[in-house]
Amino acid sequence: MADVAGYRRPPKGTQPDYLYPPYASTQKRAPTRPLVLLPHTLSEMTGPVFGYDAVTEGENDLTRQHDGAPIGERINVGGQVLDEGGRPVPRALIELWQCNASGRYRHKNDNHDAPLDPNFTGCGRAVTDAEGRYRFVTVKPGAYPWRNHPNAWRPAHIHFSLFGPAFLTRLVTQMYFPGDPLLQHDPIFNSTADEKARLRLISDFDWDSTQPEIALGYRFDIILRGLQATPMEKK
Amino acid sequence: MNLVATASQTVGPYFHIGLERLCVSDLAANAPGEKLAIRGRVLDGDGKPVNDALIELWQAGPDGRFAQPGFAGFGRIATDADGGFRFVTLKPGAVAGTEGKLQAPHIAVHVFMRGLLRHLVTRIYFPAEPANATDAVLVLVPADRRATLVARQAAPGELEWSVILQGGDETVFFDC
Repeated sequence: MADVAGYRRPPKGTQPDYLYPPYASTQKRAPTRPLVLLPHTLSEMTGPVFGYDAVTEGENDLTRQHDGAPIGERINVGGQVLDEGGRPVPRALIELWQCNASGRYRHKNDNHDAPLDPNFTGCGRAVTDAEGRYRFVTVKPGAYPWRNHPNAWRPAHIHFSLFGPAFLTRLVTQMYFPGDPLLQHDPIFNSTADEKARLRLISDFDWDSTQPEIALGYRFDIILRGLQATPMEKK
Repeated sequence: MNLVATASQTVGPYFHIGLERLCVSDLAANAPGEKLAIRGRVLDGDGKPVNDALIELWQAGPDGRFAQPGFAGFGRIATDADGGFRFVTLKPGAVAGTEGKLQAPHIAVHVFMRGLLRHLVTRIYFPAEPANATDAVLVLVPADRRATLVARQAAPGELEWSVILQGGDETVFFDC
């Protein structure tokens, strides 16, 4: 096999470091010894293949998983998945999870004193189309307290997990909402040093995807790692 | 166009809600061939079990090829209350590496958890495997740390491999 060019390494500051002391849980979990630079081999450059049949119809609508409608502000969340070269990433599996409108997760370990919503599970899945586009219907998640520091509150966010074309393009991230006053106080959001990269975690209010009488819209485009340009391609 | 990849954020403690549906602990459920189990624990810097970690696996089949019919090669397991995990699979074959050489059989591993802003990247290699000595990735690892990437034979058909997040026995993690 010929040597492969591999994927581009992240520019400095555009990904969080493992150790970020303001986020207390990193202190006992971040590696302490030097990472070993891994060449990109077939094990990194291939990845699990999920077809359009990986999800069933309606899994992208979190408001229709129960007999009744969930409490909260109904929103459309959509966008496009691209690689670093600007090419759409089709057939990317997206798994999404979030708390309900009052800031409570349907999870046995979430003890926050806010009500569960019998009509909201908070789990959605979708596969991007030929243009890399995806869309979810959900309710806007609430903020909630956590014990990272005194009076710590997580800004409203939605968790996204993506599989791209390779195991190496695997991405788990969080989408935030514009204008949230909690963002400046949140160590998880602020863990990415590069300001431009950090601000891209905030979705845009998207007038075009609002639906009269039904839902507001937010746009969140996601960029997966792209192949290193080879000298041939550069010209 | 030169875009920059979206920043990673932690999976947090409640990932089960979104990620449990795709959990696969028997990678060989539909495959013929001799199965083996790999079990281990995830331990933090205090040696305490991590009961909210998620392990993802990606490997070739016994023929060294990826994503073949009958053996997808993808696994996902959440750790239990004791930080433990166990999965069943087929031993991968040697897969193509760099410079025309084969790599020793291995499983690519991602580790996600609360407290990890980015997932960790590591590998599981197999014991008593002569190809380990010349594997292009293992030779990049300081010799005194290589053992952290090699599973231990715990019983016939049962290997043991743990993720030690910090300290003297810290597992080797890769900058990918």
